[in-house]
Amino acid sequence: MSIDRSTTRRRVLRNAIGFGAAFAVGGCDAGSDSPFVQKISDTGEALTATVQRVLLWDSSLAKEYPEQAISRDFRANGSIEIDDPAYRRLASDGFRSWTLRIDGLVEHPARYSLSDLRSMPSRTQITRHDCVEGWSCIGKWTGVPLSALLERVRLKPHAKYLVFHCADTLGESLDAGLYYESIDLTDAYHPQTILAYDMNGAPLNEPYGAPVRLRLERQLGYKMAKFIMHIEAVESFAGIYGGQGGYWEDRGYQWYAGI
Amino acid sequence: MARQPIYRHSLTVRLVHWTAVAAVVVLLMSGLQIFNAHPALYWGQKSSFANPVASIGSAVIGDARTGVTRIFDHQFVTSGILGLSGYRDDPEQRAFPAWATLPAQQDLAAGRSWHFIAAWVLVICGLVYLVAGLATDHIRRDIAPNFRELRGIGHSVVEHLRFRPAASPTYNVLQNLAYSGLLFVVFPALILSGLTMSPGLDAALPFLTSIFDGRQSARTVHFLAAFAIVLFVAIHVVMVLVSGPINLLRSMVTGWYDVKNEATQ
Repeated sequence: MSIDRSTTRRRVLRNAIGFGAAFAVGGCDAGSDSPFVQKISDTGEALTATVQRVLLWDSSLAKEYPEQAISRDFRANGSIEIDDPAYRRLASDGFRSWTLRIDGLVEHPARYSLSDLRSMPSRTQITRHDCVEGWSCIGKWTGVPLSALLERVRLKPHAKYLVFHCADTLGESLDAGLYYESIDLTDAYHPQTILAYDMNGAPLNEPYGAPVRLRLERQLGYKMAKFIMHIEAVESFAGIYGGQGGYWEDRGYQWYAGI
Repeated sequence: MARQPIYRHSLTVRLVHWTAVAAVVVLLMSGLQIFNAHPALYWGQKSSFANPVASIGSAVIGDARTGVTRIFDHQFVTSGILGLSGYRDDPEQRAFPAWATLPAQQDLAAGRSWHFIAAWVLVICGLVYLVAGLATDHIRRDIAPNFRELRGIGHSVVEHLRFRPAASPTYNVLQNLAYSGLLFVVFPALILSGLTMSPGLDAALPFLTSIFDGRQSARTVHFLAAFAIVLFVAIHVVMVLVSGPINLLRSMVTGWYDVKNEATQ
């Protein structure tokens, strides 16, 4: 989802509210925000997530593709450039002073530099990236399996989710909060869930989430946080930002994005 | 002209019919909303952004912004409906117009929520219909065409062309083919191609992407199958209108269809 599109969407939304019923078809739009419709929508999401989790064995792998399938026009979505001065300082020396902070409900809170991550066991996978908008691109990702990091920091027993805090605001003012995402432990320990630092054999470029982004191959693109600064293990994400578990989730999108 | 009512549609068929009507309307309109988020179709596993199979957008032609629909190498001006629509003096750039999408304004998140809820409703409807239809033999007896009916297809085509619908309590062979095609070709293609767009299900059921030659082809098939349903509904409604709409509508509401009444029209 590009910044263009999200700002367009907001503008359109404002226009629609301004024009009021002129745009609306019947009572459909008025209903979209009602608690009743929200409840039905939540039920639908819960049903989908439950059925998929039953069908999806914890370890079933997303399809991996041959080298020649890699997209030459891989679309960068979400934030493309980061204005934040702290991030710019990190970027200016190739993220040599960047560290990934992992804390929250862990036994051993830690910070890892990019070279720490690169010295750990890695996984390379050529996978398809599906955007919620409908398009797909194929890329090769190399990174450290999240499970390897979790073995080092050791989750506490009541940790249920990992929250990824990012450096980007996705075009909003800082008041709206930074981009963030959350995943459950089934996905966190999945063998294809990696913190990728290379894309197509070269260090991750800024539009694709430098220095490190999440790859979560069985869900949509918006779950795959870019520009990761901090990973926090939590029991519940209800108290974080809008409480829905992610930037787009706080704006109405499903938390479970396997569909 | 004695009325000769027959009990034509079981309660299950009637409930499934009208629930499916509601679900299909929501699915179609929310589907167009979702399509609008990226109004281009591709073939294969991935999107080749420079070469879509089809796309809807807008471009400045001359000095006016114009709605443009492209299919392969053909380009059509579609201002007012596709690519550019809304108020004449302040049109909006969007693939399908506000009146065709749910919600009306661009809102992918809400469109997805509506789509997935309605999909569950339709799938549950379909399962109820399938189980009941097989258990009562309705599908084999009333829906599937048999050999004798298929041999009479030429006659049935001629009768349709003469707008002389046979006043029969059973379906004619063209109805058999249309209903079977919808239920056992279009709906399965629609459901399977929809499931193939789910990255989760692609991991769980890897054969899905193989069936359609990739996720982007599945998306294109999903779009085409949706329009096959639109085509079906258009023909279905026209046929109802020319074949005694009151009688037919009543039969799909109460179950009772008047054969004699139909024959004297």
